[in-house]
Amino acid sequence: MHKVLLIIQREYITRVRKKAFIVMLLAVPLLLAGMTKLIAYVAKDSDVLSRPQVVKVIDQSHLFEGKLKNAKNIKFIPTDEPIEKAKAGLKDNEDLSILLISKDYAKTPVQFFSKKKPSFTLTGEVENQMNEIASNNTMLANHIDTALLNQAKRNKVSVSALEVTESGTKDADVGTSMGVGIACAILIYMSLFIYGAQVMRGVIEEKTSRIIEVIISSVKPFQLMLGKIIGVGLVGLTQFTAWIVLSIIATKIAGDSPTSGIMGALQTLQNIPFGYILGCFLFYFITGYLLYSALFAAVGSAVDSETETQQFMFPITLPLLFTYILSVTVLFRAPDGQLAVWLSMIPFTAPVAMMVRIPFGGVPNWQLALSMFMMVIGFLFTTYVAARIYRVGILMYGKKASFKELTKWFFYKE
Amino acid sequence: MLSIRNIVKQYAGHRALDDVSLEVESGKIFGLLGPNGAGKTSLIRIINQITAPDSGEVFFNGEKLNQSHIERIGYLPEERGLYKKMEIGEQMIYLARLKGLTRAEATERLKFWFKRLEMETWWKKKIEELSKGMQQKAQFVATVLHKPDLIILDEPFSGFDPVNAELIKNEILELNKQGATILFSTHRMESVEELCDSIALIHKSHKILDGRVKHIRNSYKNETYLVEYTGEQLTFDGSQPFEILSETTGEDNSNTIKLKLSNTGANDVLQYLLPKTRINMLQEVIPSMNEIFIEKVNLIA
Repeated sequence: MHKVLLIIQREYITRVRKKAFIVMLLAVPLLLAGMTKLIAYVAKDSDVLSRPQVVKVIDQSHLFEGKLKNAKNIKFIPTDEPIEKAKAGLKDNEDLSILLISKDYAKTPVQFFSKKKPSFTLTGEVENQMNEIASNNTMLANHIDTALLNQAKRNKVSVSALEVTESGTKDADVGTSMGVGIACAILIYMSLFIYGAQVMRGVIEEKTSRIIEVIISSVKPFQLMLGKIIGVGLVGLTQFTAWIVLSIIATKIAGDSPTSGIMGALQTLQNIPFGYILGCFLFYFITGYLLYSALFAAVGSAVDSETETQQFMFPITLPLLFTYILSVTVLFRAPDGQLAVWLSMIPFTAPVAMMVRIPFGGVPNWQLALSMFMMVIGFLFTTYVAARIYRVGILMYGKKASFKELTKWFFYKE
Repeated sequence: MLSIRNIVKQYAGHRALDDVSLEVESGKIFGLLGPNGAGKTSLIRIINQITAPDSGEVFFNGEKLNQSHIERIGYLPEERGLYKKMEIGEQMIYLARLKGLTRAEATERLKFWFKRLEMETWWKKKIEELSKGMQQKAQFVATVLHKPDLIILDEPFSGFDPVNAELIKNEILELNKQGATILFSTHRMESVEELCDSIALIHKSHKILDGRVKHIRNSYKNETYLVEYTGEQLTFDGSQPFEILSETTGEDNSNTIKLKLSNTGANDVLQYLLPKTRINMLQEVIPSMNEIFIEKVNLIA
């Protein structure tokens, strides 16, 4: 056991010390922070009125007088100033603007003057109010009872998606669940691949540099394989943890205004049970990683160089790729459909399939338990098979391995 | 030290070792000889517990070979290598710790060896920055760092330049003097005669010869002698008490005959030749290990 720890330590430290690892570790949160900052900046500039705006209204038609209502950060002041004089006043005040309504506003467009380009919020508000007033005026002119009409208009139907679960009903935010589901599928798919391939490359490195024989004269091949898998897995977990922590810090710093874009998006995410998803993600990452990395290790042991791995990689990665493609096309539309349920039970496809389903909620506990149980059985099984191939493969040189050969290795005695 | 009894190792398609038994005495240098593909590496891997025999047993100091012996064996494989991207000092310590040393012990001994072999400046270097010969030296240090009782060296001198080969040879002898048993496998016979106390010859998965080097060579004596004389070249009419194998004429008027006795002694040869010429030398030809090796191998083939 002591030796396995030594191997884990080496595998972990040599990888964590690499420049590429540190760069990746910092680059991702920085990128995220940069994007947040950018979004926040753009949002601030166009969407939100950060300061009170004063709109001087010159109403030559007299149809809107006293009818424009002050809104949040917008104040309307009726005035009789001639337009030229009013325009001159704009020059020293950024928060001041002029609304010029001509006598016949239907023919000559209504004009809006300001020092800077006005925000959409401001012009939108003005437009909405004026349309409302104009249509009211038209109705009055045609003797339509506006009070009645207003009442009729109030019959607004809104559909709110409610989900019936054992604990009662709750809001179902389908869009967010979909996004999180797909994101989880992509993330788990990529990480299984990236870290599995790292294990494989490590095995090939040991084999081609021929240090393997020195090492296995000190430890059992299984100990070496296990140490490598756990070591690389810990590197993966470190990376995830660091990304999550750094990203939260970075976005907090970058997006300090609470109403800015990404924070708004994050707020809608709060309806989702994060702890639950994160827990499941970690479980499926760890077991899925153990399952696949053992196979990757076996592949690494069977070849002499990375270019020879192709023929073995394909069948191994096929179920993963297959589920991944299904996830982003079909599964997220029917997260509780038969296909999704079956795929989330088979250990080879479960990590991706289950992670698509979980953000939608509603995975029955018995299904989750069965799937997790299958994952554990699955990785124990692949580790056993892989270890038997690995112990023979690492000492074989120059022999082009085929599947037939691998089967033979599996049945070799010690 | 090491007692190997009736080892059989079967691979798919061929038998690598067939009923091989050996005794390696404690404190001696033992040579494991044989042509390529004879089964030497298979046997060494069994001793290192990298693979297990199909039948037969190995005893280490009288105990059946088990995991606890791993730390008492140092192994230098024929195909050598180290982690290319790892610093050499760190790597040596790692390998020693896998053999059960603590970090402190390993560091201390490594400093000693680096000083001894003049490698002190290499500590922080990565393996890929070292020359092949330097890597071999480092690998040798890794093999002996944990002070093993049994050192197994598979073709230890391949890849060394003559200076370093000599250096390593002296280190091996020194370790042997300090009590370590050395088992080394080679097909280079010169080093065998020079270093080994005993040998075993393996060919086509069978042991075909073993014993002390001196005994083996003496038992292969076949009454062959070399005679060198100065003067005019002699002619023989067939009445001489020996059979002529070859004749050579050297510079400065000297001639050499290689002869085989025919039911006579060396003295009879001298008596026959003395009146005829001036004899410089008479020497019995003891076959070299190389000759025995080739003879034995060809005999089987």
